[in-house]
Order: sequence, then structure tokens, then C-alpha cells
Amino acid sequence: MAITSIKNLKEFSTNNDRFEGAHTLCPGCAHSMIVRELMNCTNDNLVVSANTGCLEVSTAVYPFTSWDTSWIHIGFENAATAVTGAEVMHKVRKKKGTLKDNDAPVKFVAFGGDGSTFDIGFQWLSGAMERGHDFTYICLDNENYANTGGQRSSATPIGATTSTSVAGTHSYGKKEKKKDIVSIMAAHGAPYVAQLAPNKWKSMAKGFQKALETEGPCFINTVSPCCTEWKFDPKDTIGITDLSTDSLMFPIYEILDGHELNILYRPKNIITVEEYMSAQGRYKHLFKPQYRHIIEEVQKEVDNNWAMLQRREEARV
Amino acid sequence: MAVKFDLNEREVWDGNYAASQALRQADVDVVVAYPITPSTPIVENYGSYVGNGYIDGEFVMVESEHAAMSGCIGASASGGRVSTATSSQGFALMAEVLYQASGMRLPIVLNVVNRALASPLNVRGDHADMYLGRDSGWIQLGAFNAQEAYDLALCAFKVAEDHAVRLPVMVHQDGFITSHTAQNVYPLTDEGAKAFVGEIVPVDDMLDFSRPVTYGAQTEEDWHFEHKAKQHKAIMDSRPVIDAVFAEFKELTGREYKRVESYNMEDADVAIVALGTTVETARVAAEELRAETGVKAGVVAIRCFRPFPYDEVREALKNTKCIAVTDRSSPGGAMGAFYNEVSAAMYTSQNRPLVTNFIYGLGGRDFSIEEAKRIYTEQQAHADAGHITTDIQQFSGLRGPKLGFFQTDRS
Repeated sequence: MAITSIKNLKEFSTNNDRFEGAHTLCPGCAHSMIVRELMNCTNDNLVVSANTGCLEVSTAVYPFTSWDTSWIHIGFENAATAVTGAEVMHKVRKKKGTLKDNDAPVKFVAFGGDGSTFDIGFQWLSGAMERGHDFTYICLDNENYANTGGQRSSATPIGATTSTSVAGTHSYGKKEKKKDIVSIMAAHGAPYVAQLAPNKWKSMAKGFQKALETEGPCFINTVSPCCTEWKFDPKDTIGITDLSTDSLMFPIYEILDGHELNILYRPKNIITVEEYMSAQGRYKHLFKPQYRHIIEEVQKEVDNNWAMLQRREEARV
Repeated sequence: MAVKFDLNEREVWDGNYAASQALRQADVDVVVAYPITPSTPIVENYGSYVGNGYIDGEFVMVESEHAAMSGCIGASASGGRVSTATSSQGFALMAEVLYQASGMRLPIVLNVVNRALASPLNVRGDHADMYLGRDSGWIQLGAFNAQEAYDLALCAFKVAEDHAVRLPVMVHQDGFITSHTAQNVYPLTDEGAKAFVGEIVPVDDMLDFSRPVTYGAQTEEDWHFEHKAKQHKAIMDSRPVIDAVFAEFKELTGREYKRVESYNMEDADVAIVALGTTVETARVAAEELRAETGVKAGVVAIRCFRPFPYDEVREALKNTKCIAVTDRSSPGGAMGAFYNEVSAAMYTSQNRPLVTNFIYGLGGRDFSIEEAKRIYTEQQAHADAGHITTDIQQFSGLRGPKLGFFQTDRS
């Protein structure tokens, strides 16, 4: 059952979490905020799976676990398949009456980083979405392979320097644009797809609840600023997230049944991409004269994308 | 409640159909699968049993074999009975997750219809895929015909789900030779099979929320070694359980299985040690050769490839003078893997027989009775000479000039 009223911050801080605070994520990592909020937005039983990545290596190091619920990690690519295997078994055992508590509602949730979601686990995710299992997949998008030291993924934006798209005298960093995972997931015909952010925690909790309550495969991309690889002070995580949503680098919106688009957050004062980029070390080189055109290029892209989202919302397509 | 499936006392089934009937009778809850020749009919049949109400389980067709085993892991950790089937390239694609299944101690049963590994692409049977799984921590049982593919699949669930074992089990059969050859098969009744296999009693059930479990944790140098050692001990300790399940099956059906099986070995001077359908070919060759020439030929068959039965192999071969170990897999720059294992067993015997290695039958090349007889005759010549008179490793049944490697040190 969904919690009818979304908890306030004070309630969150005293909640008996199913995701324990004891983990080894970097100080300032947004992953734990997002995961806690998901686990706090429902009272239903949860089976959670995780792809290999920061979240997984930081929360289940034997003999400890941060998960006070059923949790499984297999490999880098297959969290969607693992949790949907559990979902199918739940269906069979419920039918046969072999569950310990046959009537208790259960939700199935998979977490993956952007590396496992956009790249190595893309096929497994697509397969699980196509098969129509009743589960929610949440991508913790920090736009790089942070767990292995900050390599580029297909979620890394153009112009960012990473350890495998190195900016220097002859390069402005990553040459390719970010893959549009939200559109791809919506194109699977999923009943609920969204992009959410932890600074807008109420809309994030609402989105999570909607996904959990919607029958069928749901996908949510969440922005998860990475102080280690984006290079900002760990105390500034939410501030950086504000810049990401207010510059519209990460617009907050949902798509219902593959086509019906709703914008969930409209910044009162839209800030420039330049302001967003200037707060992070990974874009520092773009402020050199020879690379400034990349900032302008990205600004153009962001403007076009925002206009497109608004047009789609208005046209209800 | 599942629709009743009518069975005759004697059926004519191929190996694939036999394995699929075992899945139906074992009342498998979830099959997660991806089709690949020659194993495809096993999962197709399960799907049709679901589609026609003969079983109350769920059939999930995924987008790859890697996903198939990944889904099996998620389903098995959720407390029900799980099985699938694969071959060759599909097995290779699954390899990563095979290790995860055994490391998590999940009682999944995988029917492997053995087929060669590319390149060159080949759909016929050899044992390259089976060898690829040999270090994966799975129990590996080998069927030599359709009846055994059925019998061993039923036994596999019982072994895997035994709380003293809790390990996944592969049941191997030879691609096409067994999987697509219709033979007489005597099935159990549905009630008999159900009573034999029993109900699964899950351990660390993800759907028991009164006791949350964490599957697939991380361990580094502090604990990884202990976990892997415990896993090895578990597969070693499965030996008496396998023996007990085989004994119970014999009580029920009269059909006897042993981890190592011997034919005409009581007085044998020369032996062929083999896996899969080759066992039956060698048995016929040994019988005929004994009648024709008086060569005391015997066969030792490995029913349980993992855990490897070193003690039983040594016992079975202790009085032989010369042994030919047959490997149906390209050895890739070494002796055949099976040869190395049998040699290791015999090195610790009082009577160290001569041991030679035959690479044969790759990509489904036929292994004939005549070829087996030729091998026996050659082993007799080694035995008479008191040393190996040819290359230790020979390719048998190959076109073109003879190919052999490694020689005995006679200096």
C-alpha cells in the first residue's frame, strides 16, 4: 500500500529505514537520498535488485548489509532480469499458495547506475520492459562509471572530461551527446516513465509512488550528482542538483503510456548552462576560449529540448 | 490445478522430449529460457505444457541466455523450483551467471544438450560446452541416452534441493545423437515422479519478508577465500547425496545409476574411459572385440563429471594395463581436460597403467564401433610393449595425415 501522505523531512529523519544509513557511499553522494526516498514511499514488502555499481559495492559488503528487505545483486547488467525473475516466481507461488504471507502486497524494484542502464545492461532492461513485468527500474544517473574511477558512459554529456574522454590541448572531453534514455524507455510503451531529481523530493516521492502503484514496467531516471567525479564540494550536492534542474540540463517530467507528457517542475528563474557547468570541475576546460563554443552548443540543445518538451505537453502527444 | 497428461508405460521419446517431461512431472514453477539448437525443444515443450494447462508454472522467454540464467537466479532465490535448457554458444553466453548461481547456492537444474563451440560455427554435438562449465561450481551429471536424460533430470532436482547440497545441477546429453533420436523411454507415473522428487523447501527465500536476505554480497581478500572453500566443500559433500538419490531411484524403477559405471572391467587389460553416447559405442566394441580377438576390453563411463569421482575412477581402473581416455573437445594446447583428470586419479594408484589420450568426434564427427576397436587394439599393443608406442595424444577420426602430440620419455 502506498503511504497516503508523503513524509516530511522530520519524519524522514526519524523513520525506521529499510535502507540503513550505514554504508560506504562517498559523503555527499546523492544515491542514498534517492534510494531512501524510494524505500520510504511505500509500506509494501519490497524485493530490490541492484546492478553492479556504486550503490551495490557500498551497501552489501560481507558480513554487513544496508538492506533490511529482500535484496539481490547478480552482475553488472542484469538487475532488471533478476527482479523480474522474482516477480514471476511471486506470481506462481501466489497462485499455488506457497508464500509465507500469500496476501501481503509486494513491489519489485531494480536499481542501476547510468553505466549499467544506458550501456552494459541496456539489453536486459529493454527485454524486461518489453515483457511487461510489474516492476520499477530506477536509474541513478551520475553520468559516468563512478564506481570504477570515472570513465565515460553513454550518459556522459558532451564536453565533460572523464578518465576515458580526457580533455586536453587537443580535446574538449567527451565528443558525443548523452543518450536519451527516457524517450527510449517511453518508446517501449511503458505505462510510466519519468525523470526526477532529489532536490525536488516531493515530486520524486510522488513519482516513485506512481511507478510502484502502476501495473507494468515503469522506468525512472534520477539525477544523482557525483561530487567525486563531477568535482564539487560534498556539501553542495543538493545545490548542484538545483542548478541541474534550474538550468534544464535535467528537466523534470513524466510520460504516461508512452506518449502523454507532463512537465513536473518549471523553474521560476531559468539559469544558464554556463552557470551549471561553472560549478563543476569536469567542465572547467570548457571555459578556455578554444572550447567555449561547446557551452553555447549545449545551451542551444537544452533550449531546443525544453521547447520540445513544452510543445509535447501542450499537444498531449 | 494442472490438466492430467496421459502417459503410456512405454513411450517413444527423444532426449529433448524426455527432459521436458521430467520438468513437467517435477512441477517446475518457473522456466526462464532462450532458444538454441539443439536444446530448443526442451523449453518449447515446457511452454506448450503451460499453454495447455498441463503445468501451473510460468514460462518466460527472454532476450538472451545470459538473461535466461539471470532470471532463473532471481526466481530461484524467490523460493520455487526453477529449470532451463541451453547448448553451446548459449551456454558460453551464460557462463558469467553460472558462477553466480552456484556461488549463491541456488538449486537450479540446467539441461545442457552438448554442442560444439564456434568458430567455425557448428550445431552438432561435442563436449566443448560441458568442459566450459567444469569449474563453475555446478554438479554435472551425464546421460548417455533418452531414458537417462529423463531419469537424471528427475534425480537432479532431488540432489540440488537437498539441504546438505544446495547447489545447481547440469544434466548433460549429447546434441542430436541423444536429443533428437527417438528411443523407448519408460516414464514414472506423475504421482510416482512427484513423490520421488518431493516438494522444494526453500532456504533464504526472498519472498519471506519476516527474514530479509541479501543475495550477491561483495567479499574481498578477507572473506572470498572462505566462501569459495565452503562452496567446494559443498560440492564434494554432494557425493553421498547423489549416491543416495540414485539408490532411491533404483528402488523405485530398478534402473541403477552410479557416479562411475564399469562394463566388462572385471578382467579388463585395456579400457576406454568415456563420456556421453560414446560409452554405448565403446561397450558394443568391447563386447565384439572380446568375441573376435580375445582382447580383454572394458569401458569406464563417467556419470558424474563434477564432483569428479577420482576414487571411483581409480578403483574401476586399478587392474588395467593401458587406458585410452577420450576427449570430445578441442584441447587448446594441452592434453584433453578429461585425460588430465583420469591421469591424476591413476597416478595415485599402486598399479600405474599406461594412459593415452584420444581427441575425437569434434563438431559431431561420428565415433564408430570400428574406431573404438582400433583404439582397443592399439592399447593392447602398448600393454604388450610395456610402454606407449605412439604419440600419447592422438586425433582419432580426423581427415588427412595422422595428428599426434607428446611422447613418453624413454631415455
